[in-house]
Amino acid sequence: MKTYWWKILAIMLLAYTIIAGLLIDVPRLPILNETIRALFFHVTMWFGMLLMLIVAVYYGILHLRSGDLVHDDMAVEFTNTAILFGVVGISTGMIWAKFTWGDYWTNDPKLNASAIGLLMYFAYLVLRNSLTDVYQRARISAVYSIFAFAAFIPLIFILPRLTDSLHPGNGGNPGFNAYDMDSNLRTVFYPAIIGWTLLGTWISTLRVRFRRLERKLEDKLINQ
Amino acid sequence: MWKEIVLLVRKEAVLEWRQKYAINGILLYVISAVFITYLSMGAGKGNLGVPVWNALYWIIILFSSVNAVAKSFVQEHQGRQLYYYMIASPEAIILSKTIYNTLLTLLLALLGYGVFGIVFGNPVADQPLFLLNLFLGAMGFSASLTMVSAIASKTSNNGTLMAILSFPVLIPILLMAIQVSKNAIDGLDREINAEKILTLLAINAIVAVSSYILFPYLWRS
Repeated sequence: MKTYWWKILAIMLLAYTIIAGLLIDVPRLPILNETIRALFFHVTMWFGMLLMLIVAVYYGILHLRSGDLVHDDMAVEFTNTAILFGVVGISTGMIWAKFTWGDYWTNDPKLNASAIGLLMYFAYLVLRNSLTDVYQRARISAVYSIFAFAAFIPLIFILPRLTDSLHPGNGGNPGFNAYDMDSNLRTVFYPAIIGWTLLGTWISTLRVRFRRLERKLEDKLINQ
Repeated sequence: MWKEIVLLVRKEAVLEWRQKYAINGILLYVISAVFITYLSMGAGKGNLGVPVWNALYWIIILFSSVNAVAKSFVQEHQGRQLYYYMIASPEAIILSKTIYNTLLTLLLALLGYGVFGIVFGNPVADQPLFLLNLFLGAMGFSASLTMVSAIASKTSNNGTLMAILSFPVLIPILLMAIQVSKNAIDGLDREINAEKILTLLAINAIVAVSSYILFPYLWRS
């Protein structure tokens, strides 16, 4: 119970997100209407992705300082899950955009920034695969992931704010900013962020454990 | 530290001068890229709209600088790298390479600008701003490309990796540079651009500082 309470919490929060997210009363805003529920399933993906990337960068730094492969496992698996969240976020966003903006892809700074971010992390995976030595792979990919994150931050935080975005809350579009974010929405939105992030952590830690078992097995085979 | 950097920059320049084929090759690359664009657009002087002029110019600069900087860590073989490793600090090496590549990229950009101006006509209204933006763009490009080429040089297929690793990192810089240069071409009031120039400078600083911090870890391997 001591170690897995947060997994139970994740399941409960996600069940709550899905049930309440689909059933609660939402404010009727022009254009958005019922699609405002995408807030719980699409917007939360980006929060989850960003949090997991921060964790990955943290472990990348730890790896560079210690040279320990244990930290590299964490870094790569959290990045993998962040990429998964990013892909899910971009596809849910595309479906949502088809119904509100009438097109799967528009020239919106946020869309472009997220696509570029995904390109960055796909390149990270290619880079990892092209290095064969385990220690070199760990160190170089840690360097690139920190470097890419440093370039990713201005991309998603500064550039979209310099131009108008079609996203709700930007450029005069109705949205869930401070004044019209209904308190009803908040009661699901914040738990949803925590729930999805916990789910991501769960996936990552499972894969980390798998990775470590694999390595142990390999070592055993080599050393027998 | 500064003496070390100046020496290393001079070493890069001398090395480049001794094997002239590399720099001549990249200069020719720019000219032929501009000429191919000119022929495929089928446009004479002044036929090209400002946004198209601007976008084509920056794309050509992007590709040629990726090609120019890609070799900065592979042209010298391993033995000599080991020698540098023993005599110079990694910080001095990354800074000197970045400074040298900034100059190289700036040279390419200016050459490209000249040739572009000759074949397509020169629509730029605010020259000083355009050149300042060119300088900042070259700085940002070389700061990120130098770091990426250091990463890519550790792998076996570094041509492809150089491109896929650097393009996403370069996009914020490219976007800001394109916007500022569009405004410079239109000759808009400079106050509008002040904020964008600052943002460009800030992005450059972020990239340069992170590569300064991270390079020593890369160099060690």
